[in-house]
Amino acid sequence: MIARLRAQLLVPAGAIVLALIVGAVIIIVTSPLAVQKLDLSLPLATYWALVQGSLGSIDGIVDTLRAASPLILVGLAVALPFKAGLFNIGGQGQFLIGAVTAAWVGAALSGASPFVALPVAVLAGMLAGAAYGFIPGWLKAYTGAHEVVTTIMLNYIAMQIVSYLIQGPLKAPGASFARSADVGNSALPVIFQQTAGHPAHLGIIFPYIAAVLVWWLLYRTTIGFEIRTAGANPDAARYAGMRPRFLIVLTMVIAGLLVGLAGAGEILGVQGYMVAGYSTNVGFDAITVALLGRTHPFGVVLAGLLLGAMRAGAPLMQISAGIPVQMVDVLQGVILFFLTADIVVRWVFRIRAAGSGGPEKLATVSASSGGSTAK
Amino acid sequence: MLTDPALPAAAVLAPALEMRGITKRYPGVVANDNIDLTIAPGEIHALLGENGAGKSTLMNVLYGLARPDEGEILLDGQPVNIAGPSDAIARGISMVHQHFMLVPVFSVADNILLGAETMANRIFLDRNEARRRIRELGARFGFEIDPDEQVGRLSVGWQQRVEILKALYREARILVLDEPTATLTPQETKEIFVVLRRLRDQGHSIIFISHKLYEVLEIADRITVIRRGAVVGQRIPSETNEDDLATLMVGREVQLTVDRGESHPAAPMLRVEGLTVKDRGRDVVSDVSFEVRAGEIFGIAGVAGNGQDELVEVVSGLRRPTAGKVTVGDDDLTMAGTRVHHQRGVSLVPADRNRYGLVMSYPLTDNLVLTEYYAPPYSHGILRDDAAIRNRAIEAIKEFDIRTPSPDVTAGTLSGGNQQKVVIAREFDRPLRLLVLDQPTRGVDVGSVEFIHKEAIKKRDAGTAVLLVSAELDEVLEMSDRIGVMYRGHLVKIIDGRTANKEAVGLLMATGGREAAATPDAPHQEVGA
Amino acid sequence: MNLLDIPVLGLALQLLGYLVTVCTQNGTIILALTAPLAFGALCGVMCERSGVVNIGIEGTMLAAAFVGWFVASIASQAMPADPSPFFGATPGLVIGLLAAIVCGMLVSAILAWLAVTLRADQIIAGTIINIVAAGITGYFDVLFSTNPIPTAGKFEAFVPPSFLTDLPVVGWLFSALLNQGPITMSLIVVVIVMEVLLFRSRWGLRTRAVGEHPKAAETVGISVIRLRYQNVILGGVFAGLAGAWFTIDFGNSFVGGMTGGRGFIALAALIFGRWRPVGAFLASLLFATSIALGTAIRTTPPTGQLGTILGAIPEQFFAALPYIVTIVVLAGVVGRSVAPAADGQPYERESVS
Repeated sequence: MIARLRAQLLVPAGAIVLALIVGAVIIIVTSPLAVQKLDLSLPLATYWALVQGSLGSIDGIVDTLRAASPLILVGLAVALPFKAGLFNIGGQGQFLIGAVTAAWVGAALSGASPFVALPVAVLAGMLAGAAYGFIPGWLKAYTGAHEVVTTIMLNYIAMQIVSYLIQGPLKAPGASFARSADVGNSALPVIFQQTAGHPAHLGIIFPYIAAVLVWWLLYRTTIGFEIRTAGANPDAARYAGMRPRFLIVLTMVIAGLLVGLAGAGEILGVQGYMVAGYSTNVGFDAITVALLGRTHPFGVVLAGLLLGAMRAGAPLMQISAGIPVQMVDVLQGVILFFLTADIVVRWVFRIRAAGSGGPEKLATVSASSGGSTAK
Repeated sequence: MLTDPALPAAAVLAPALEMRGITKRYPGVVANDNIDLTIAPGEIHALLGENGAGKSTLMNVLYGLARPDEGEILLDGQPVNIAGPSDAIARGISMVHQHFMLVPVFSVADNILLGAETMANRIFLDRNEARRRIRELGARFGFEIDPDEQVGRLSVGWQQRVEILKALYREARILVLDEPTATLTPQETKEIFVVLRRLRDQGHSIIFISHKLYEVLEIADRITVIRRGAVVGQRIPSETNEDDLATLMVGREVQLTVDRGESHPAAPMLRVEGLTVKDRGRDVVSDVSFEVRAGEIFGIAGVAGNGQDELVEVVSGLRRPTAGKVTVGDDDLTMAGTRVHHQRGVSLVPADRNRYGLVMSYPLTDNLVLTEYYAPPYSHGILRDDAAIRNRAIEAIKEFDIRTPSPDVTAGTLSGGNQQKVVIAREFDRPLRLLVLDQPTRGVDVGSVEFIHKEAIKKRDAGTAVLLVSAELDEVLEMSDRIGVMYRGHLVKIIDGRTANKEAVGLLMATGGREAAATPDAPHQEVGA
Repeated sequence: MNLLDIPVLGLALQLLGYLVTVCTQNGTIILALTAPLAFGALCGVMCERSGVVNIGIEGTMLAAAFVGWFVASIASQAMPADPSPFFGATPGLVIGLLAAIVCGMLVSAILAWLAVTLRADQIIAGTIINIVAAGITGYFDVLFSTNPIPTAGKFEAFVPPSFLTDLPVVGWLFSALLNQGPITMSLIVVVIVMEVLLFRSRWGLRTRAVGEHPKAAETVGISVIRLRYQNVILGGVFAGLAGAWFTIDFGNSFVGGMTGGRGFIALAALIFGRWRPVGAFLASLLFATSIALGTAIRTTPPTGQLGTILGAIPEQFFAALPYIVTIVVLAGVVGRSVAPAADGQPYERESVS
């Protein structure tokens, strides 16, 4: 068991190390632009600042937890469909829809009792996200439209929906820029705050509960068994009498539910309202989180915390080392690259090929693309 | 042999092809064992043998798809080293595969051109010239073909002609045809034979690989019989007959591993009536009717690809038939799915355990409850009962002697025999009305074979109706109380297992039960083009 | 009685008339907008026809857009020159264009390596290309915003002679086809050339065979792996052109994420166009029109009842229109359309042992 765990961790760890090396090279090469001189020690300063900013203080840890929260939730919403052979890239759209719904319901209930307003607003966000996950799920199950393209299209559509709603029906009167009204009593209470500006809101605990629930669903229930089987061997699933279409739709709905929760958490916990131009990269970050966590719920938690730490430490990195926060995006992409080209990681670190996991586990994703439903 | 006066005069010239001492080993099996083969120019030479006898391997060696461990190949007396398919083609060897290598959406001309393109200039194809040459070639060998027809729309017989044209377009002198009549109607077979004879008369050499005795006797100039990787005999058609060839093909001795004892069959449990399955316009299962009684083993013998796969799929619920009825006991299960079949006491041990049998990445515990996970004791509502599942696995491992360090290892790490035991543990270990076994000992070590056979007999003696489908004739003969033979989608005969003899069944498998004197169209239904 | 006064029919007629007006008035910009979509779709055609699904067109375009802009800017500084009469080309711009193409080829080569050699899941490989490209270009974008470098400008549109553009009925067509930068103007030619090559040349025959039935191709001596690499990299040329369009043809600067999902719309155009260059071009034209329509309705709305109806529709709907159309196309067309049969399946060569 320990040996198996170790084998699972080696490749992700190796990928991270290699990514840090590549990142260091990029930092050195671009140091003339960032800090106006070629600086070979800049990578160390950069990485150290990342660590300092995320784990070096109570505020940093709080920021890490706060940043990790949506990453874990959306990461779960990518990992769960992966288990069923689906690729959910719609995290961004599902997030926006969940967020704007929470903003709307939250604002509508801003004067009500917090015990009513908060749960209702959160629930509304979750259900909206679930509906937005239902759409690509249903399309895939009943028309064969591949979820990779439909979810990306829905992402862009969601951006327009938010823009329309915030600039139109949900626009807060008297605001200087287009934004929704304050959520007032629907807000997630702050449970801990050492320094102003670094609040830990109640929503921070949601991802861990969700991870346990997703784990429980996948590994302790019959439905989870069916989901995993549909992804691992669709023929055997068919022989066992499982219903693939239902499972596809169900999986995407649950995924949307999780992302809707993340979106609601952001609005009700962090922002308090939503601006028309709200943008988020969480959908793509979550892909890295899901793959880094080997699509296992607890792996996703760890990976989400890691990426959350990187995001939390990025501002300090920018201030003290001079490297723009976008370097985190670069690192993340490179980690993902090495996870897929894991043959490079294995070669560098002399890791023997594992028995399962990795690219072949996800082979069913692209086997279902290309147009014909009959594939 | 080459100087035998009974042979056509052309054979006295240097052989077009000689394969000397070809030996090819794969892990665990010697596919070709010191095989000698000599082909004269202007000859149709048949290579006869069962599935797995080694014919395909030998031809892969010839075509450059496999490198022999020992032996050499000579063309026109010169030793050659064939590096790959393009090399083989360049040397005038063309292969027509059993499963056509044609692109369905391409035209006839495009399929023929591919890889041997006739060019108008450096970039563009010269389709007009290609069309002209194709029509000319077709005429030369007695048929008219439209080069612009889409291949996917052609009948199988015509696709066969396209494959042959592909070879001729490349000026092949040696054509290898792998089971060319496997999917042809008797009429189409006759027509192709006319073409082949013309090819021979014009000096081409044809290697005709088949397991069908009557066709081989009809078309070949010489016959080489291969069994278990070695040449067991060479014959000239005029000096042999079906019995002789059948005996050579399957051997005399039946290899027994268990004694099945007496069966005590009761009332019919499985009834198949008028079963027909259409696939891509063809009848792959054609009006099949039979019964299997409770407490007996009914074995279906036949060369793979004669409809057994589809029959098994229908009986187990994986596929719906085009016509006909399947009843188990009092239940009409014709259109029912796999779960209903399972709930009505039907179990399947599938031929391909990678696909339908096991989830290789799952532990044995999960695999063992794959068909029953949704109900007590393995789950209550949606909650799985891991303890119950694990106990079941521990019991099954002990009872079925599955060699594994623990119930938690993934199925993919087990040997083939142990994997099959897992499938059997799952499918056998409950009261059954019907048990369907499809190639149950394929890829299984000898010890496990005996175990599996004993378990199947136990089930029979407990009153289950057992349907055994196997391409291993020995297995069918050893296990079955009654035997049916499938040929071209028909169930041609049902014999008593106690009196069946190997040559007779082998003959049925290879001929479909036709009398030698009958015309090819006689007893058989004309299957769709 | 005025035809347009009939309730539903009148509205439909007015809508039709309005659409025609929008198209003819905006023909030039519609064709320009078609360019990145069509070149992206051409990249997809090359890849998928030989059996490789390329989800990473978006990232490839983005990377090429950035590289083209960056190299053009650097080169222009090294070799300053006056714009030549040919599309206002300067050595810097030309070098930048070449760099964009090479970048497209390199990124595609990486995809080919992941998909064909490593046999990784092709969808994941493409998504990673997108994520890495977005990350790296976003990073550099920020760096260059704080350290701006003089840009190279962009290619200028060719100005067709006015006797052509002033022609009564077809004048707008000449304007649309000729009043374009070099990349857009080359589009139609490239599309026609690729269509002809794909269906009449030896390369095209082998490519299509490899995408439909790689085993059949291998048995007649064609190297499936080599052909797939070649075609994916060729597709990279087109993705490179598409990217360059953003930063040195249509626009003259790089903005993070500027490809805005065009790479995915290109995929829908590819499917809608039945994996044919001409079809992909026409589908791209359709999508480009829906993009232009949104702007047109806001800036030059129709009159009367149609105007009221269209005006009531929020502008975001029109911005979302191309994406909605894409989904509708996928849902309705995909089930019935047939991709190259071996599309998306990694090929394992028979081992010659």
